[in-house]
Amino acid sequence: MTDIGHYREVWRPASAARRLTRWFAWLALVALFVFCWQLMTENTIWAFVSDAPRQAADIGSRMVPPRWSYLPALMAPLWDTINIATLGTLGGIAMAIPVAFLAARNTTPSARFLRPAALFVIVASRSINSLIWALLLVAIIGPGLLAGIVAIALRSIGFIGKLLYEAIEEIDPKPGEAISATGARPAQVLDYAIVPQIVPAFIAIGVFRWDINIRESTILGLVGAGGIGLQLQSSINVLAWPQVTMILLLILGTVVVSEWVSATLRRAMI
Amino acid sequence: MLKIEGLSKAYRTGDVALSSVSFRVPRGQIVGLIGPSGAGKSTLIRCINRLVVPSEGSVMLGEIDLTRLGQRALRRQRRRIGMIFQEYALVERLTVMENVLSGRLGYVPFWRSWLRRFPPEDVRRAYALLDRVGLLQHADKRADALSGGQRQRVGIARALAQEPDLLLVDEPTASLDPKTSRQIMRLLTEICAERRLPAIVNIHDVPLARQFVQRVIGLRDGEIVFDGAPAQLEETTLSTIYGADDWQAMRREHDEQDDAEPSQRLSGAEA
Repeated sequence: MTDIGHYREVWRPASAARRLTRWFAWLALVALFVFCWQLMTENTIWAFVSDAPRQAADIGSRMVPPRWSYLPALMAPLWDTINIATLGTLGGIAMAIPVAFLAARNTTPSARFLRPAALFVIVASRSINSLIWALLLVAIIGPGLLAGIVAIALRSIGFIGKLLYEAIEEIDPKPGEAISATGARPAQVLDYAIVPQIVPAFIAIGVFRWDINIRESTILGLVGAGGIGLQLQSSINVLAWPQVTMILLLILGTVVVSEWVSATLRRAMI
Repeated sequence: MLKIEGLSKAYRTGDVALSSVSFRVPRGQIVGLIGPSGAGKSTLIRCINRLVVPSEGSVMLGEIDLTRLGQRALRRQRRRIGMIFQEYALVERLTVMENVLSGRLGYVPFWRSWLRRFPPEDVRRAYALLDRVGLLQHADKRADALSGGQRQRVGIARALAQEPDLLLVDEPTASLDPKTSRQIMRLLTEICAERRLPAIVNIHDVPLARQFVQRVIGLRDGEIVFDGAPAQLEETTLSTIYGADDWQAMRREHDEQDDAEPSQRLSGAEA
């Protein structure tokens, strides 16, 4: 054994200065929480809050049992909802692919003009919620399925475009170098060296977005863009709580099934 | 066949990778390019097919100066130059056959390559090359299902599919074990002899270079410090190229590998 007597026996994972900074950071976080709490409670009418458990129990009791006989009438709007999600995703993918290649640093033809433009498209699409897109589109192209499909597609461009261009930027550049060294044209380099590397990411992103779009399309009916949200809104308006429960259960079931489908697809295709 | 004159490369950062390198390679000659990492070996061979754009000098392949070509003409000339890479640079998610056929991309129109409808002659040549490198039965496997040595064979087949007039080989054995390294070097030298192909092989392993190449060019800090037959490489030359300590260490390592290999062969024969 070597003699360890003359080494220090105290070791800390961070220096004293760092520990002090960390302590103050936590303090600031607590202070922020207290401040926000005050802000929140200022405008709350406590009489209503104290009433909350009774109100919740009241609505809850009116919501059960769900009105099962309403189920057949929901099938057509549910089918519309699934169509909105699927066609919207496909449309989003079709528009996102070129945008992603223009936005990726290693594939863009012009880093000075086209890349910023593509990034702007992505940000613009992402910054507007699908419900807002639907609201605008219902005003422009009228209520119905088409408005919902276009809203979902426009919102999906940003999501798919962003994840896809990040995947493109992360590819291994060496195969591309090797393919261009054979005398291949740029389109062939894209086809042989870049596309094969992003296919797994592409499938995962597309299926994931479809999964999200199923959930988003269930509420588009609230603003008249078709689908099951329309029934949800009219049921709430006439205080038909058992119908509301039925719709929520159906949405839950649909989302569970879509999660399962997307997980299976991802496993099968990658 | 290949004539390089006054080739220099300075990167935008100001680093000089090559300064005024000149040499000629006749048909059928295999040149080993040795030198420590950072000496400019990789930059030199990449300047030949312009994966790196040289700052000065000329690279004549036959009668054509590669440094003065436009994009389209450069692509036509690149078809004549096969390149083999250190980490194989295969497209891992494509099949072995697709990787080999990608050597034909410069010769076929886009729609053919897109639909994977290569001319029958190209397909036949690809099969023949896979047979030559011993991978015929692996043609439809994905490239990532192969071992390192097998992947490098695919890399060789891809380069040969171009029907090149020159091979550029960048550290072909750096990712391989000593035994596989020798097999790959042997395959490369045999193929070059069969086709009278000139080749420039970047190789940091001096003993391996001595064993397989006909001519050695030593590079240090972007300048040629040795050009001659492997037999003329003396300890003092190698010490100038690599620095005395590093060269001694490299030699010891190699002697150990040499001692280890015969026993490996014996045990292989018993099994």
